Amino acid sequence: MAFKIIASQCTACGACEFECPTAAIRFKNDTYMIDPKTCTECEGHFDTQQCNSVCPVPKTCVKA
Amino acid sequence: MGQPFTISLDSLLDPVDFDAMRETAAAGGCSSSSCGSSARPEDMDADVWERIKDHPCYSEEAHHYFARMHVAVAPACNIQCNYCNRKYDCANESRPGVVSEKLTPDQARRKVIAVANEVPQLSVLGIAGPGDACYDWKKSQATFSAIAKDIPDIKLCISTNGLSLPDRIDELAAMNVDHVTITINMVDPEIGAKIYPWIYFRNRRWTGVEASQILHERQMLGLEMLTARGVLTKINSVMIPGINDEHLIEVNRWVKQRGAFLHNVMPLISDPAHGTHFGLTGQRGPSAMELKALQDRLEGGAKLMRHCRQCRADAVGLLGEDRGQEFTLDQLPEAVDYDPAKRTAYREIVAGERGDHVAARKAAAAAIQENAAEGQSMLVAVATKGGGRVNEHFGHAKEFQIYEASSKGVVFVGHRKVEAYCMGGFGEDATLDAVIAALEGVRHVLCAKIGDCPKDMLEAAGIEASDAYAYEYAETAIGALYAQTFARAPGRAVA
Repeated sequence: MAFKIIASQCTACGACEFECPTAAIRFKNDTYMIDPKTCTECEGHFDTQQCNSVCPVPKTCVKA
Repeated sequence: MGQPFTISLDSLLDPVDFDAMRETAAAGGCSSSSCGSSARPEDMDADVWERIKDHPCYSEEAHHYFARMHVAVAPACNIQCNYCNRKYDCANESRPGVVSEKLTPDQARRKVIAVANEVPQLSVLGIAGPGDACYDWKKSQATFSAIAKDIPDIKLCISTNGLSLPDRIDELAAMNVDHVTITINMVDPEIGAKIYPWIYFRNRRWTGVEASQILHERQMLGLEMLTARGVLTKINSVMIPGINDEHLIEVNRWVKQRGAFLHNVMPLISDPAHGTHFGLTGQRGPSAMELKALQDRLEGGAKLMRHCRQCRADAVGLLGEDRGQEFTLDQLPEAVDYDPAKRTAYREIVAGERGDHVAARKAAAAAIQENAAEGQSMLVAVATKGGGRVNEHFGHAKEFQIYEASSKGVVFVGHRKVEAYCMGGFGEDATLDAVIAALEGVRHVLCAKIGDCPKDMLEAAGIEASDAYAYEYAETAIGALYAQTFARAPGRAVA
């Protein structure tokens, strides 16, 4: 289970990287990427997925 | 009246001859003891004036002489506004939230030093985005501390939506960030719900009236905390016709009550090409006269700023010009060393020039008093390159500064942006129509030079353009124009 970022729509604001509780997001190749091995969909941390909640572009940070 | 001041600020953009500069600074004009302080408005504390007198946004007088730069180090934002779309890469667009390249704090440091070395008018470094400077705080903080070390006398300025502001007050104070701008568009969450589709706060997204309720409370709290610390606050409000235009009068009252220093009411910029919600749904911005009418109604409330240029989050230069393209990352040297010489020399020149300008303003106000009659006011458009003088050709002007002359004197009330009419010696009729439309409500234009053809066409549209006052201070020229226009009938006794 993981979320993913649609690279072509990402504005690279970095808010997701900052909010991720498991440090699963990093900046690579001009865009942010979620490591599916580290992403826990915020289970055990928050009721809603942080990256998806803060992302400014609709339908860009979505369930993989 | 002396000779026109022959060293325009323009010449400072060329490679500098310091000896010539020092000579001019020492020669002529007023002595430095009469400068700066005589421009202080009567109703302002001397120490507040000291803090704002060289900030182009906080002091209208300063904006003729000083420049600011914004560094785009804060891309992350914690809310969504219906007037914002933070895409980058549009070099031709000038509105808040747009940048051509984001910067890391170290890149920002190099850019600021490069600009400080080249732009002697620089007095303020601001972080305005492209997202929210308080939410993306680590980057803002790193940028400020690096630069405060290299250029200790530069003023640090920050702009925020206020949601995370209360959490940052201590750190802001510790860094001597003396100027904070909060964008407050509403104090009624029902109205807020039409402007803010969502906020991200305490680890979740909120929507609707609830979201605006939280935002409103945090903004008020942040403002109160800043006032308690003696930080100078400017409140930016976006005027959105049909949504908050009447409501901004309420906002003005609330922020004044909480100690805001300045209120800046700006027009919504809305165009479907920008891809913003308001742009795509056809929400219009206010006309220039609608904006002025609201600003006029707010006089007497919190002190108003009328000269905001709604610049980009990476803007560089005097307000109304953007030199950002000269300082893109690829043009910056790897190693930069700050050289304070140009900025110091420039301040000496400005100190002299300013005293003269202030005296000219007072003289103009007095001249008008002699001729003034109740209710007789006029709006005058001035084409200027800077320094508060009528020193730009009509055809080269990309904006006109608008002054209002009345029994209160000559007051700057706003600006109108236009496409430059003249392109290589020929003018386009279509552009002149656009200029005429932009000058709604204005019947006089002053410039350094104007061709017969545009002059005649303006006259046909009811606008009188004149180059008779070329290179004068705007206020002096307008004072004379006012006297001429409302001249007393001959034979009437003068008291």
